[in-house]
Amino acid sequence: MSKATLERGLNALREQIDTPIALFFSSCTHCGMCATACLFYTETENPAYTPINKVEPLRRLWEQEYTLVGRIKKALGMSKPITDAELEEWKEYAYNACSLCGRCTMVCPVGNDITYMIRKMREGMAASGHTPEGLVGASTRAVKIGSPMGVKLPALQAQARHVEKDTGIEIPFDVEGAEYMLLMSSMEIMNYPEYLEAVSKIFNAAGKSWTISSEAFEATNSGIQIGSSDIARELVSRVVNAAEKLKVKTVISPECGHAYTAIRWEGPNLIGRPFPFHVKHILEVLDEFREQGLLKTEGFEDARMTFHDPCQLVRRGGVVQQPRNLLNMVATDFVEMKDHGIMNWCCGAGGGVSANEDAEELKMKAFNRKKHQLEELNVDTLVTACANCRIQIEEGLEENEIDMPVVGLTEMLAEHLVEDKKTGVSDND
Amino acid sequence: MADDRTLAEMLRAQGITRRGFLKFCATTASMMALSPAMVPKIAAALENARRPSVIWLSFQECTGCTESLTRSHSPTIEKLIFDVISLDHHHTLMAASGEAVDEALNEAMEENFGKYILIVDGSIPVGNPAYSTVSGISNLDMLKHAAEGAAAIVSVGTCAAYGGLPYASPNPTGAASVEDIIKDKPIINVPGCPPIPVVITGVLAQFLTFGKIPELDSLGRPMAFYGQNIHDRCYRRPFYERGQFAETFDDEGAKKGWCLFKLGCKGPITYNACATTKWNEGTSWPVESGHGCLGCSQPNFWDMGGFYRALSMPTVDLANKAGIGLAAGAAIGVAAGALNRGKKAKAVREHETVTVDDLEKGA
Amino acid sequence: MNEVDFLLWVRGPGLAIASIIFVLGMTVKMFEIFMLGRKKNLAELRGSGIKEGFRTIITRSGHVDTYSTRNTRFTHIAGWVFHIGLFTAIFLLAPHIEVFKSIVGFAWPALPTPIIDFATVIAMITMLAMLFHRITNPVLKYLSTGQDFVVWALTFLPLLTGYMAYHHLFFSYTLVLGLHILSVCLLLVFFPFTKLTHAVTLFFARWYNGMMAGEKGVQQ
Repeated sequence: MSKATLERGLNALREQIDTPIALFFSSCTHCGMCATACLFYTETENPAYTPINKVEPLRRLWEQEYTLVGRIKKALGMSKPITDAELEEWKEYAYNACSLCGRCTMVCPVGNDITYMIRKMREGMAASGHTPEGLVGASTRAVKIGSPMGVKLPALQAQARHVEKDTGIEIPFDVEGAEYMLLMSSMEIMNYPEYLEAVSKIFNAAGKSWTISSEAFEATNSGIQIGSSDIARELVSRVVNAAEKLKVKTVISPECGHAYTAIRWEGPNLIGRPFPFHVKHILEVLDEFREQGLLKTEGFEDARMTFHDPCQLVRRGGVVQQPRNLLNMVATDFVEMKDHGIMNWCCGAGGGVSANEDAEELKMKAFNRKKHQLEELNVDTLVTACANCRIQIEEGLEENEIDMPVVGLTEMLAEHLVEDKKTGVSDND
Repeated sequence: MADDRTLAEMLRAQGITRRGFLKFCATTASMMALSPAMVPKIAAALENARRPSVIWLSFQECTGCTESLTRSHSPTIEKLIFDVISLDHHHTLMAASGEAVDEALNEAMEENFGKYILIVDGSIPVGNPAYSTVSGISNLDMLKHAAEGAAAIVSVGTCAAYGGLPYASPNPTGAASVEDIIKDKPIINVPGCPPIPVVITGVLAQFLTFGKIPELDSLGRPMAFYGQNIHDRCYRRPFYERGQFAETFDDEGAKKGWCLFKLGCKGPITYNACATTKWNEGTSWPVESGHGCLGCSQPNFWDMGGFYRALSMPTVDLANKAGIGLAAGAAIGVAAGALNRGKKAKAVREHETVTVDDLEKGA
Repeated sequence: MNEVDFLLWVRGPGLAIASIIFVLGMTVKMFEIFMLGRKKNLAELRGSGIKEGFRTIITRSGHVDTYSTRNTRFTHIAGWVFHIGLFTAIFLLAPHIEVFKSIVGFAWPALPTPIIDFATVIAMITMLAMLFHRITNPVLKYLSTGQDFVVWALTFLPLLTGYMAYHHLFFSYTLVLGLHILSVCLLLVFFPFTKLTHAVTLFFARWYNGMMAGEKGVQQ
C-alpha cells in the first residue's frame, strides 16, 4: 500500500476537473466579493482566507494541464509548478479556514460554486498527504472502528437501553422491512441522547416503523470532511449495504450537517448508482408527519427564539422551509436572524473544522459572526438541527459568557408531543 | 517668354484698378488668416515682384489640376496672377508648339537656374518610366533634371503630392510622388483632386509675399489651407453630434441634409479648405451637394476602403474572418477538448484508491 | 509608415488578424471547457435545476449578499456603472453600429453622441476608481496578479482613445482613430487568454451554479 505522494495528489486533482470547474476558473475576475461572504475572512480580515484563494493550486493545475495556452506555457517552462510546500501551506486555507458552508457560492457575481471547487481541491490534498492530523485520526477511526469518535456498538446499545427505560418504548435494532432506518452521529450518541429519545417517542406516536442497523449506524462521514471520495465511499457503502439488507424504504440522516450531504447528495455518486431507497433528513420526515397529521403537538414555548440554519442542511441541502414549519408548531415568538435561511451564517465548525485541532482558535474567532447575529436579535433561546453546530455554538456562547440555551429541534418537538393516552406513558414519568 | 514688367505695371496695363488689386490682396490676406495690417505688405510684395520664372511640368495626370487652375472660372484675378508669374513652360498649354517648346524649357531653366519655381502635376511612373514620356524623355528623368535648378517645387494635385490615382492599388505603372523622388529641394504639397483654385494661387501669393516656404503640416501641405479638418468645419456637424445620418442618397435624412458619415464621408480625416472656402467661388462643395467627402487631399484616398464605406468600418469582411476563426477554432478546439478528456481518463485510470493508511505522507 | 497608412492597416489587416484570433481563441476555449462534461448526478434530485439555472443567470447580477460592507457595495455599484457605460459606448454609438451591421447584417438605433460621450466619461472615472480600489483594498491586493492590471489597461484604452477621437484631443484625428482601432484589436487579441472570457463564460457558470442548487431544491 503506497503512501500519499505529490503525484497522487496531482492525479487526484486532474480527475476533478470538469466543465463547471473550467467555467468557474475562466470566469473569476478577482473582484473579492467572496471574501465578505466568508466568516473566516470577516472575523479575521486575513485576505488569504478569501474563498477563491483556497483553490489556487487547483486553478494552476487546470490552467497548466487543461488549457491550450497553459500547456504551451508549461512546455516552454514558463509556469509555476505545484509543490508539496505549497500544498502544505494551503492546508490552512482549505481545512482550517473553510467549513464548506457555501456562502461564497451564493454571492459570487460570475456564479462560481467555490464550495464545489474547495471540495474537489481537498481530494488532491488528501491524496498528497496534506490534511490536518485531527481529520486523519477521525477518518482512521471511522474506517477501522466505525465511528470517528471511536463510538462502538456497545456504547450505542447502552444509550438505547437507557432511553428505553425512560420512555418505555423499544428501540428496534436490525428490523428487516422497517420503513425507516435511522442513522446517528457519534456526537449525538455521546452528547445528545435526548435526540434518540425524541425520535423514539415521535415515531411511536406516529405509528411508523423504524430501525437502527447494528452494522451501520454512523452518520458522520469523515471521508467527506477530509475530502477523499475513496474513504467517503467506504463509509457510505456500509450504510447502503445495511439499508439494502434490511430492505428499508427510507434512510434517515440525523441532526447533523455534512452527514446529510454525504448520504443524500454525494452517496449515490460515490457508489456509482442510484439508491434503491430514499434518503431524508429527520426534519424532512417530521415535516411529512406534520402534513399527514401524524405529528401532533400541544402547548407552546413562550421563550423568544431563533433558528440557526445548519449550512449543509439548508443552503447546501435544500431543507429550508421544514424547520420553520415545525418550529411554528410550538413557538409563539419565533424571529428570524437578519441573515437567515439560505443566507444564514455558518457556526464556524462544519466541514471538518471541529475535528481539526489546528483550527481551534480560528473556530472561536469565526463564531463571532454568529455572536453578532445574536446580538442584533435579542433572543432567549437558539434552536438548531445539527449536533456539531450545537456543540460549537454552546462552546462559543460559553467562551463569550453569553447565557443562552441551545436546543435541538427534534428534541423540542418531542417535548410537546401529544402522547397516546392508551399507553399511559407521558413525559412526566 | 520672360516679361520684365512688375506686377503693378502689368495690372495697370490690363486695366485693373489699384482698388481692385488691393481688394484681391485683402482677400488673400484673410484667406491666409493674416491680419489686415499685412495687406499693404502683400500689395507691396506683389507689386514689386519680379515675376519669378515658373515651370509647370505635367506627368501622369488627367489635366484636372490644370483645368481647375488655369481655365479661369472667375474672370481675371487668378489668371492675371498667372500671367504675372512668368509661366515660362506648361506642357499642356504649349502642346501645339512642338520642338520649340523643349528649347524654351531648357532656356528658361538655364537662365533662371536656382531661382525658378517648379510646379508639377501628375505622378511619375517609376516602375517602368516608359509609361509616361514627353518628347521621348521619361517623366522621371525630366523631373530630376528640372528639380536641379528649382528654388522650390510645388506638387499640385494629389497625384504629384502622393501618387494619386495611378498609385492606387495595384499601381501598375509603379507611380510615385514628387517627394518620393526628389529629396533635396523644398517641396510644397498642394493636394486635392483637383485642388481648389484659390488654394493654389493663395499658396503662390504667400510664397511671393514672404519669400519662403509657408508653414507645412506633417504631410507637407500649407497649414493655411490644409490645417483644418473638414469634419470640424462642416456645416452638417450638428447632425453628426445628434446621431442623425442619411442612410441612402435619397432617403428622408439625405433630403433633410443630415450627416453623410454612414455614406462614407471621409471628412473627419481629411484636411482641406473645402468646407470653408468651397468651390466655384464659394458656390458649393461635395457635402453641401449631398455627397460625402472623398478625402481627395489625403494620401491613398482611393484605397481608403471605398468611397461609400463609413470611416469606422473595417475594410475587410469581418464576418468572413470570424468564419475562418470559427472553423479553425473548432478544429483546434476539438483536438484540445479530446486532449482534455484523454488526460482526465488517464488520471482516472491511474487513480490509486486512497485509504486511511495513505493519509500520512510517504517518505 | 504615416498615420494614414497606419489607419488603413488597423482598419484592414489589423482588424482581420484580431478578429480571427478572437473567434479562434474563444472557440477553442469553449471546446476545452464543454468537452470535459459533468458527471450525471445520480442522487434523488428535487428538480432538474434547469429553471433555477436560468433564473440565476439574471438574479446573480443583483445585490445578492444579505450582508454587505462599504467595499462590496462599491464593487457592486462600480461594476454596474462601468459595464453600463462600456456597453453603451460599444453598442449604441452610430459608427460602432455600422461595424456590427457589416458583420451580422442588421443594425439598431443609436444614441446621440454627447450621451455616449457622457457614458464614456463615467465609465472611465469608474474604472479609475476601481483601479484605486484594487490597489488599496487588502483582499484585492492579495488576489491581484499582473493580468488584472493588463486587462484593466486593455479595457481602458479603447474608452480613452475613443474619447480622444471624438474630441480631437492631443493628436490628429487620423492618428487617434488609428490608435482607437488598434486598442480594440489588442483587446480582441488578448480576450480569449485572460479573465475577459468571463464575458461569455459567466452565463454558463451562473447557470451551473443555479442548476446545482436547484437540483437540491434551493432557489436564491
